[in-house]
Amino acid sequence: MDIKIQVENLKIFFDKNEVLKGVSIDVYRNRITGFMGPAGSGKSTLISAFNRMIDFEEDVKIEGKIYIDGVDIINGDIDGVSLRRQIGTVFAVPIPLPRSVFDNIAYGPRLKGITDKTELNELVRDSLKKAFLWDEMKDRLSMSALKLSGGQQQRLCLARSLALKPEIILLDEPCSGLDPISTAKIEDALNELKKEFTIILVSNNTKQIARISDYSAFFYMGELIEYGPTERVFTFPSQKQTEDYISGKFG
Amino acid sequence: MRINPRIIDKAVKVGLTSQAFFTVGILVAIIAVIFFKGFPNINMEFIFSFPEDMGRHGGIFPSIVGTILIALLSILLATPLGVGTAIYLTEYTKESRLTKIIRFGVESLAGIPSILYGLFGFIFFVIKLKMGWSLLAGVLTLTIMILPTIIRTSEEAIKAVPRNLRIVSYSLSATKWETVAKVVLPSAFPGILTGIMLSVGRAVGETAATIFTMGSSLRLPTSLMDSGRTLAVHFYILAREGISMEKAYATALVLVLSILSINIIAYYIMNKVISKYS
Repeated sequence: MDIKIQVENLKIFFDKNEVLKGVSIDVYRNRITGFMGPAGSGKSTLISAFNRMIDFEEDVKIEGKIYIDGVDIINGDIDGVSLRRQIGTVFAVPIPLPRSVFDNIAYGPRLKGITDKTELNELVRDSLKKAFLWDEMKDRLSMSALKLSGGQQQRLCLARSLALKPEIILLDEPCSGLDPISTAKIEDALNELKKEFTIILVSNNTKQIARISDYSAFFYMGELIEYGPTERVFTFPSQKQTEDYISGKFG
Repeated sequence: MRINPRIIDKAVKVGLTSQAFFTVGILVAIIAVIFFKGFPNINMEFIFSFPEDMGRHGGIFPSIVGTILIALLSILLATPLGVGTAIYLTEYTKESRLTKIIRFGVESLAGIPSILYGLFGFIFFVIKLKMGWSLLAGVLTLTIMILPTIIRTSEEAIKAVPRNLRIVSYSLSATKWETVAKVVLPSAFPGILTGIMLSVGRAVGETAATIFTMGSSLRLPTSLMDSGRTLAVHFYILAREGISMEKAYATALVLVLSILSINIIAYYIMNKVISKYS
């Protein structure tokens, strides 16, 4: 199978604190990979290295390698801005920019220099459709994004990152603040999106990981404990810690 | 004996309400006095004609032009400088001894009486740089005087923009400057504009600093090197030298009305921006 992201012995230190302790993992193209683990397991830190958002933290040291399509994004000659054009990110809390629905989604494309009205219209429509939000938003594009419901805002954030036409989508606990119906809508969207994108879903919710991810990784205290096809990880976990975590004994 | 909390609550409410009315009442009283004393002497001729006999007769046209020029030019100079400094302090540098020293300097400058700025402007711009009493010397002096206000209010407004918005902007592939220009400044705009409006008020109403640097010529300033007299200075001289109290009040009314209309325009602009970025 096609490897999209390859991580080799990645260590990340905040100040002197080792948050990731030599993680190696292959993330496959056009699959949903679920990263699960209790708070402080390093799963969110790992994805913040993928899009180099980690650069905005202070006193960070990174060792090891991350290859995206074979290009080393840690030591290689690639800057954060062009990297983040290939990688869309959705955060735990929906953070709409204070402007209209349309302008939110057009934010990324406009940064890329797209000013043509027809092209922007198309991008906004396509992105909203892919995020399963078009039907609700088609008559409200000029409305303030701040007025949407939480679930709508989160799908807006998904649509906004899709508008950059990325190859990878990182979702950092995107449903943690959402009701079950809104969560289901996001999951439906992700199931469609994996045909086109490589998706990494970080979640505390093991049921969600079991429901929609193709591969599952379990992190604990900065280490990758277990990784494999979701079905296998959830039915025959090879590690005791994984079993305890997915059966809800801790977490 | 314990007083019933509900009675205390009522008493506090009455007390606070009367304090608020008292404050507004003073403001209304001042404006009313200026209005009733000044209004009978205001007409088109007063606004568009030149003063005669030291201002005893005629109008205030040169002073209106002088006031608009000095306020407009100093705001145009101080705004980019002040907002730029605030952006540097908040976005482009980490908290360090240097930023603390800069901030301390700014705070101290904000507390200096305007007459000291006037004295500095007189010694440095008027005498040392040989500008003479001129619009230019006045503009530069007022620019320095209002800079601290603009820096401080802009800095507070920029700091109040949530960090999350910056993070989202970066995650959508924006550079630092794109983030500042497209997300931070629009969100901070109402606060920045408030600082600018306070500064406009100070520049328009300033007498001590302008009289030392721009002088008090009654001629129409037509170049940067011309001396001139702002409305506030004109009012001060008319009243202080007992030239004409009628004309003084009329001048004061024009001053008040122009500050009022500048504020109305500013709030109109602010609402436009707020409705676009919300």
